[in-house]
Amino acid sequence: MSAANKEMGPPVIELGAMGWLRKNLFSNWYNSLLTIFGLYLLYNLIPPLVNWIFLDANFVGSTRDDCTNEGACWIFIQQNIKLIFYGLYPTEELWRINFVYLILLISGVYLLIPNLKHKGWVGAFLLIIFPIICVIMLSGGLGLEAVETRLWGGLFLTLVIAGVGIVLSLPIGVMLALGRRSKLPVVSILCTIFIEIWRGVPLITVLFMASNMFPLFMPEGVNFDKLIRALIGVMFFSAAYLAEVVRGGLQAMPKGQYEASQAVGLTYWRMMALVILPQSLKMVIPAIIGSFIAIFKDTTLVLVIGLFDFLGIIQFVGTNPDWLGFSHEGYVFAAAVFWVFCYAMSWYSQRLEKKLDTGR
Amino acid sequence: METDRSKLGSFLFNRSVQGVFYQLITLGLVALGIYYIVTNTARNMLERGLASGFHFLGVESQFDIGMTLIEYSPTSTYFDSFIVGLLNTLLVAGIGILFATIIGFTVGIMRLSSNWLIAKIAEAYVEILRNIPLLLQIFFWYFAVLRALPKPKQSLELYDSFFLNNRGLFIPDTVFGEGSSIIFYLLWLTIIISIGIFIWAKRRQNRTGERFPAFYVSTALILGTFFISLAATGFPVSFEYPELKGFNFKGGVKLIPELVALTFALAMYTASFIAEVVRGGIMAVSKGQTEAAKSVGLKQNLILRLIIIPQALRVIVPPLTNQYLNLTKNSSLAAAIAYPDLVLVFAGTALMQTGQAIEIIGMVMGVYLFLSLFTSLIMNLFNRFMKVDGER
Repeated sequence: MSAANKEMGPPVIELGAMGWLRKNLFSNWYNSLLTIFGLYLLYNLIPPLVNWIFLDANFVGSTRDDCTNEGACWIFIQQNIKLIFYGLYPTEELWRINFVYLILLISGVYLLIPNLKHKGWVGAFLLIIFPIICVIMLSGGLGLEAVETRLWGGLFLTLVIAGVGIVLSLPIGVMLALGRRSKLPVVSILCTIFIEIWRGVPLITVLFMASNMFPLFMPEGVNFDKLIRALIGVMFFSAAYLAEVVRGGLQAMPKGQYEASQAVGLTYWRMMALVILPQSLKMVIPAIIGSFIAIFKDTTLVLVIGLFDFLGIIQFVGTNPDWLGFSHEGYVFAAAVFWVFCYAMSWYSQRLEKKLDTGR
Repeated sequence: METDRSKLGSFLFNRSVQGVFYQLITLGLVALGIYYIVTNTARNMLERGLASGFHFLGVESQFDIGMTLIEYSPTSTYFDSFIVGLLNTLLVAGIGILFATIIGFTVGIMRLSSNWLIAKIAEAYVEILRNIPLLLQIFFWYFAVLRALPKPKQSLELYDSFFLNNRGLFIPDTVFGEGSSIIFYLLWLTIIISIGIFIWAKRRQNRTGERFPAFYVSTALILGTFFISLAATGFPVSFEYPELKGFNFKGGVKLIPELVALTFALAMYTASFIAEVVRGGIMAVSKGQTEAAKSVGLKQNLILRLIIIPQALRVIVPPLTNQYLNLTKNSSLAAAIAYPDLVLVFAGTALMQTGQAIEIIGMVMGVYLFLSLFTSLIMNLFNRFMKVDGER
């Protein structure tokens, strides 16, 4: 190197804040240029955004006249919060939704705290008894007043669709994946066709199909609720995607696991349930959560068939003559809520991935 | 008696017999389900007075479409409306894919930058955009940005030739005058010659090890011939600039706001996924490859071009096409902001008017299915072609 021939200067500082800056931001001329460009970009983006969202924004008041219009008018969200969170659900019955949230919250927290006993029971409760409670509490029965699903809406409806989609699509997805990997040609071909059809078309066409074609399929007099039709569409759609994820896990299992379980005389279903699935599902947990995030984001599409989910209701309250012109606030609020949910899920999956990875 | 029973037992518990039995049951159940649906549908359609079949495709549609790439009027048939919708879908997907690729590759490479600030900005871009539903982003760009733009008189402009206002984006149109066709023929000819040069250079390099600067030679050939022929024919190509006449712009190409918003949202959203694909692909090339290349004395740009990019591309291309496919499928969200794509025009308006739910949704799903299966076919061929010998 030519540097050795020249007289060497003092060594460049590589430690401390200066060293870090030099190494990561100003290592050569174009990096310095990039840094300045990045700072310029941030300078133009961050201060106006912070001003609009927090500093110049209006938080207290009850009508649009309380907004100074210099920053965001969060009064718009605040005044419509009931609609945004619960839709048109009757006000005196809101405790039923909150009660369901509370049960979910308590059992969820219980499951997340490490080293507690009886987690299996809590999990079983969530999977078997909780759905029954949900149906009774939310739609009525056992002395509770019936609430039609057309009154459901807002974030609550989004959570219902995403929740049902997620919970029901996983077992169907697992069955489809097993079917596709089956040695029986008829089963394998049928499952493959089913999976590829759902994966090949956009969700919006599935929802159109659910709202336009399902009624034609049903015998006379049987009329499904619009929400249930949408749920069936979302469920099959996400089941097909999950099936491919699970199949990836099944394929990644070493062949020895199959052979060993056959050697100890396990039947097909016992081999799958006791040996193969627990291990392969564990392997693909991050990808499964990735699919859940996708389902959660996709629930917004139900507004094209006339259901008022979280985004749909925000779009709807924006058209209220009393609150015209506040669409920015609505979208930013919706984006923030969706972002928190999705980011939390992806953060959890990354944490889980690290935790599960240590054993291998 | 005893032996008979054990014979029967071994027959019943025979694996292959059981297999056939299960398959027959599955087949029977599926057939029963289909029969059930078909009979219900047939009766329901009879009751509603709907005739099955594709005769409706030849009937006059009697509705107009806001944006058409081919000639279309209310007197055109339903089949024409299908084609218009299909072309609009392909248009938005094509433009979206182009921009998503550019943004995605840029952001993906930025995330790997040694510059901390640039890497963090790219990471923020990815983490924010991919965790917000696409439909929300489309609504944002359409309702909150494009519809809130000023009127044509106060348009945002760039170089007096690009105008953005609440009626859409106006860009200059290229007008090809007489004699411009010869330029195109020459352009095609030089492109074909360049491909020939590439093949020849590759063969020669395989045979002798000598490198031929095929890229520079063919670029010079194509651009040179293009400009010389332009000059020789007396510049028959001109631009028509949009001009403000009265309350709106005349001339140029008008891109409706729905198209602009949809393309923008699709490109930005898909780019966040492409960025992750690109990052993963580059990181998948092991560090030893770079070090080995350095130790045999390759220069930095050659390391990138000959060692890293070819290997990274093998990892990147399959998930990348998947993202392209996702973008195409996601373009169906157009229906929510009334961009006349396949879903809105055909599965929306045409379905509403004719009531032929099964035929129409079947056709629309068929288009998307065809695109998916076609892409995965191409991908399988690509994988076979790119496979390194001796690799699993």
